[in-house]
Amino acid sequence: MSSEWPLWEVFIRGQHGLNHRHVGSLHAPDAEMAIKNARDVYTRRNEGVSIWVVPSNQITASVPSEKGPMFEPSKSKIYRHPTFYDIPDDVGHM
Amino acid sequence: MSALCEFALRMGDNTLILGHRVSEWCGHAPVLEEDIALANTALDLIGQTQMWLGLAGEVEGNGRTADHLAYKRDAWDFRNVLLVERPNGDFGQTLMRQFLFDAWHHPMLKWLSENSAEKRVAEIAEKAVREAAYHLERSADLVIRLGDGTDESHRRMQDALAYHWTYTGEMFEADAVDGELADAGVAPDPAAMKPGWDALVGDVLAEATLAVPENDFAHKGGRRGQHAEHLGHILASMQFLPRAYPDARW
Repeated sequence: MSSEWPLWEVFIRGQHGLNHRHVGSLHAPDAEMAIKNARDVYTRRNEGVSIWVVPSNQITASVPSEKGPMFEPSKSKIYRHPTFYDIPDDVGHM
Repeated sequence: MSALCEFALRMGDNTLILGHRVSEWCGHAPVLEEDIALANTALDLIGQTQMWLGLAGEVEGNGRTADHLAYKRDAWDFRNVLLVERPNGDFGQTLMRQFLFDAWHHPMLKWLSENSAEKRVAEIAEKAVREAAYHLERSADLVIRLGDGTDESHRRMQDALAYHWTYTGEMFEADAVDGELADAGVAPDPAAMKPGWDALVGDVLAEATLAVPENDFAHKGGRRGQHAEHLGHILASMQFLPRAYPDARW
């Protein structure tokens, strides 16, 4: 597999969005080519105004098998959602 | 035929034939990313063709549309330079052809967009020049990467350069049509584009560690309708459908 170009994750900031969003991945020999390839593969339909590329192997992901201990404890803690406040009418839509 | 019509045909036939050549890679490129990049380039060029041939038909005034001009003319009516009909060969040969053309095409469109006395020409160039800038950035970058790459990629790029080199001089030859256009301020004197092209190509090839060929012979004739055997084969596949099914619609 060493003869293959490394994998890059592509993030694009859309015309109206504020944040870069993950749109997919691609292969490229280096970051500069990854940007060019991302332009050609992911912005053909006028999707973006800014591109980030990140080597896929630089992303550290949470472990799927530890999903339970990782995420389930927060499920039962509804008091962490700020939904228990009385909002004065004058504040309007928040 | 007026000089302006002839000029629009020359510009449009260059982009049409090169666009078709590049489109032949669709589904065959070395990697998926390149396949899409090549298809984008081909589509840019075909889009520019619609504008140039549309202008040619409008100036000619006989009711011929861009589709008419693309699909219903035979080889001797095409005005593209011979370089753009050169076979794709390997990826390096395709890329080198693209770079040698882009290094002429982008400065040409830039001049036209900023200086042309003919408003319709300046408007088309204005739309096309940004696409051409990206084509040039990309092809120059890849020529450098592959020229200054492995032994094999270097050899292939040097071979590709030798293969195309004698077809570059035609872009800078001038005839009576060019003289008329230059006098009217519609287009630059082709020869005036040569020093800039030499400098740009020289810089990129130096960085790519490729030797500039010594040979300054130039194959000519494409701009007058005298083509190599390649063009007939291109037209055979490109024009087959509208000629076999004249009533076909998009």
